[in-house]
Amino acid sequence: MSPAPSPTTDTVLEVSGLNVSFPSSDGAVRAVRGVDYALRRGEILGIVGESGSGKSVTSMAVMGLLPNTAQITGSITFDGQDLLTLSEQQLNGIRGDRIAMIFQDPMTSLNPVYTVGAQIAEAVRAHRDVTKAQALERAVELLRTVRIPNPEQRVSSYPHELSGGMRQRVVIAIAMANDPDVIIADEPTTALDVTVQAQILDALKAAQQETGAAMVLITHDLGVIAGQADRVMVMYAGKLVEVGSVEDIFYTPRMPYTLGLLGSLPRLDQQSERLTPIPGSPPSVVNMPPGCPFSPRCPLSTPECDDTEPVLESVGTDHRAACHHSSEVSGARPDEVFDTATVDADALGEFVQAAEGQA
Amino acid sequence: MPEPRTSTTLTDQAQLAQTPGAAPVDREFTVAERSQTQLVFRRFLQHRAAMISLVVLVLLVLLAYVGGALWKYDVGEITPDNSVPPSLDHPFGTDAVGKDQLAQVLGGTRISLQVSVVVTLFATAIGTLWGSIAGFFGGRIDTVMMRIADLVLTLPLVAVAAMLGHNFGGTWYLIAFVIAGLYWAYVSRVARGVVLSLREKEYIEAARALGATNTRIILRHLVPNALGSILVNLTILVALAILLETALSYLGFGVQNPDTSLGLLVSEAQTALTTRPWLFYFPGLFIIIIALTINFIGDGLRDAFDPQQTKVRQ
Amino acid sequence: MSTTTGPTAAGTRTLLSARNLVKHFPVRGGGLLRRTVGEVHAVCDVSFELAEGETLGLVGESGCGKSTTARVALNLIPATSGEVRFGDRELTSTSAKDMRALRREMQLVFQDPYASLDPRMPVSELIAEPLRIHGLYDAGGRQQVRDLMKTVGLKPEHGNRYPHEFSGGQRQRIGIARALALRPKLLVLDEPVSALDVSIQAGVLNLLQELQAELGLSYLFVSHDLSVVRHIADRIAVMYLGKIVETGPAEQLFNAPAHPYTHALISAIPLPDPRRERARERITVVGDLPSPANPPSGCRFRTRCPKFAAELSASQQSRCTDEEPELSDRGTGHPVACHFAEARSLL
Ligand SMILES: Nc1ncnc2c1ncn2[C@@H]1O[C@H](COP(=O)(O)OP(=O)(O)OP(=O)(O)O)[C@@H](O)[C@H]1O
Ligand SMILES: Nc1ncnc2c1ncn2[C@@H]1O[C@H](COP(=O)(O)OP(=O)(O)OP(=O)(O)O)[C@@H](O)[C@H]1O
Ligand code: SF4
Ligand code: SF4
Ligand SMILES: [Mg+2]
Ligand SMILES: [Mg+2]
Repeated sequence: MSPAPSPTTDTVLEVSGLNVSFPSSDGAVRAVRGVDYALRRGEILGIVGESGSGKSVTSMAVMGLLPNTAQITGSITFDGQDLLTLSEQQLNGIRGDRIAMIFQDPMTSLNPVYTVGAQIAEAVRAHRDVTKAQALERAVELLRTVRIPNPEQRVSSYPHELSGGMRQRVVIAIAMANDPDVIIADEPTTALDVTVQAQILDALKAAQQETGAAMVLITHDLGVIAGQADRVMVMYAGKLVEVGSVEDIFYTPRMPYTLGLLGSLPRLDQQSERLTPIPGSPPSVVNMPPGCPFSPRCPLSTPECDDTEPVLESVGTDHRAACHHSSEVSGARPDEVFDTATVDADALGEFVQAAEGQA
Repeated sequence: MPEPRTSTTLTDQAQLAQTPGAAPVDREFTVAERSQTQLVFRRFLQHRAAMISLVVLVLLVLLAYVGGALWKYDVGEITPDNSVPPSLDHPFGTDAVGKDQLAQVLGGTRISLQVSVVVTLFATAIGTLWGSIAGFFGGRIDTVMMRIADLVLTLPLVAVAAMLGHNFGGTWYLIAFVIAGLYWAYVSRVARGVVLSLREKEYIEAARALGATNTRIILRHLVPNALGSILVNLTILVALAILLETALSYLGFGVQNPDTSLGLLVSEAQTALTTRPWLFYFPGLFIIIIALTINFIGDGLRDAFDPQQTKVRQ
Repeated sequence: MSTTTGPTAAGTRTLLSARNLVKHFPVRGGGLLRRTVGEVHAVCDVSFELAEGETLGLVGESGCGKSTTARVALNLIPATSGEVRFGDRELTSTSAKDMRALRREMQLVFQDPYASLDPRMPVSELIAEPLRIHGLYDAGGRQQVRDLMKTVGLKPEHGNRYPHEFSGGQRQRIGIARALALRPKLLVLDEPVSALDVSIQAGVLNLLQELQAELGLSYLFVSHDLSVVRHIADRIAVMYLGKIVETGPAEQLFNAPAHPYTHALISAIPLPDPRRERARERITVVGDLPSPANPPSGCRFRTRCPKFAAELSASQQSRCTDEEPELSDRGTGHPVACHFAEARSLL
């Protein structure tokens, strides 16, 4: 592993050498392998990657929310303490308080039997010595910040009376009430329609700016990352494969996987003839073979790639990539690296002939 | 919480080499093409409890039919020895009038097996179809068909069976039909419940979009998918059939002498439980063995038919 | 009353045309009687045309009636009213038996590539099923299944595996192979890539495009993702609450969208390009989709319409409230259902 960039005083949360594995009958599921990163004060750090790449497990480890079967090594430093060494009770003091989490499904964080006002007020009172009435007033204010219409009436609604988008906004309001240092949002808009997603992203941004918290934004939507994040981490098979500023990642990617992801995206703003998909599917994180996990899908793969796993190395200012051939990726277009054809022309021809012969 | 994804990710690795353009490293096992029945068969063979049970049951059936034919005494044959405990000459002993109990038990096993097989086959076939059709079409058809099934279910089983048994009774197959005529309703309830939930599945709509007929959808998609739950119930049915037959025989409405059944033997033995316990133990033991082995076989079948449940994939 | 989605490309024949489709679902109350207490207006007066070899994209948010439209168009669920013509056949009056035979020509690909495959059938059997249903399997069906598997990028040796042993992208390829087996003229694709990761999704999209070019298929492509639709569709119809609110050639719809809802939709989709994304002009809507059981009067979008809220005078607003806007060309080059339609450039 390459050393993590030296933490500065700006760092609120530092994760180093994080490994998480789950035992299974087929061998250990190595969900996260040697993840290092430093979250800077006030920044939005995006995490992207395919389903199963370990995005959620990484952030759940920070929150201490993984099941007991998880084997965790490494360190997670927050406010001078290693979270992995804290007791459950000590963690409870930090969780939801100094580090807030927003999940894909808002109902995981809302209590169905209390009004949303009561739930926000409770969070307010945990931090400030105010009366119930004042806390409720603050709740209305917070609901307004996250752009809930008619907040005065909405405070007395129960979660089931609200739409999915509204509930997610309530969760964001609760997170704000806690005045956290870090907000971790795991796919906060995935379950929502695009027009509602836009509203939630606005609310999140408002919450982040008002509290000055740093935010980890997990999503599989590169568009959301492009619009929101300051820095981006790309995960693949439990590892960070590229880390950089949002501009580095989108305009000068140095890892074939990142390049492939960008080439796979249909664009709203331009008419493209063909996309450049990444062949194959992500590897299983059980019993991984040695070498680069992307190798079976990588057009640039060489024997070296199957022998030694590349580590994250600096490829520019504040830009790191894990690839033996990152220099070849530099400046390349996705369609120069990846193949666009997907149909086996011979098979298709045979099929057409057979069917026509029959007709 | 992330949903456990291991079942898919496990296979993802195997799939790597499947897409054109992937590296030539074939990181997967190669499998020869096999038909579905072969696969079901293989999975069943790998279910240990089911295989042992199958062997035991086959031995029992052989014993009952071949062994019974070869054994020196016949069913109902009266020997000079009465009330002897198990010995070399009479391994299961004899009863008060001197009937050899091995011959009796083997004969009873034959009848009991026949009764339960007939009951299970008929009740399952009729019940599954009845319930599947009701569940599949829903609406008025469902209401009418299920009312009829409910009516049958509410009949006091033993009393009706006793009455019917009394009028038609005596021979084993009539008893079997009487019992099946009551049990199919139970199967149809189970089948309907399963089909109701299956009916909403997208693959049913997919089959319809392909132009499949209702018959095909019911027979090729609904019934095979419902089979698991129905098989489990089927094994209960075998046990229930034997027990109901026992009850009927006990009441005197079941199989009549000189024919015999395990149930009849057990009930006859009840009067002599303290003096000639062997009369009770052997038929009782046979009932238990039959019920247990069929139960395990049902388990094995269910697993074999359900590709998602098996751990054996390679 | 409404026009269709406009003329299909010149010189081509219309394959599928839907006219004034309406589909209402009863809403049942609780309790024993389960009386009908209302109706969900899932599809209200939708008309469109699809030419041979063309792709029509149907976009809109969750619950706007896209899937229902697709199913009614295939006569998989009966329309409450309206007509569907496929070639020279009127589908809504076709008998069930004739319909089954006609299904050979029109196939559906589902969103959830797992739920739509019978878990108890091995893949080769799944792909063979359409051939068997139409009595075509005995004439070389086995070889056709193998060719199909190769065509969609699966290994024929894997034919005896079950769907759960495949990844999402591969399952969707199985679904496509199944739909292709009968050499249909029309494929209705209901969110075929929504459940897939982007890198996998791109492969499936390319496959669909290549198949279309090779086999001359027509696609009715249903999706909530405008970027995907722009990539694949020739013409696009935007739906809101059971109605088509704007329709036109893809290029026109993106370069000069004229309905406030289309504006909002285009604005809401983030571009995977940080500089452009951050520099964009944004039109945002407030609130959520109203219930389709009780749609707003007049223009259905008025409760969320940014134009209605910010730009219109009271008298103009009352027009939106009272009068339902027709889907017609108001000088923007393509049909729009808005009284105050105005083409804008948002990209
Ligand atoms: N509790 C658990 N037990 C066993 N394996 C787990 C557990 N939680 C996660 N995993 C495995 O860890 C890997 C990473 O999962 P994770 O949820 O972090 O993925 P993700 O990147 O968040 O994906 P998604 O985009 O689908 O949310 C997966 O292979 C998953 O199956
Ligand atoms: N079988 C049904 N019974 C009752 N209501 C239904 C039924 N099917 C759909 N609806 C309702 O009709 C409306 C339109 O549904 P439809 O599935 O067509 O939407 P959609 O645009 O495909 O949405 P999504 O993007 O979520 O798939 C929804 O409000 C839905 O609840
Ligand atoms: S290390 Fe090799 S296999 Fe891995 S991404 Fe780089 S070039 Fe591809
Ligand atoms: S008709 Fe009125 S409310 Fe409807 S979209 Fe146009 S401006 Fe908005
Ligand atoms: Mg996740
Ligand atoms: Mg749908």
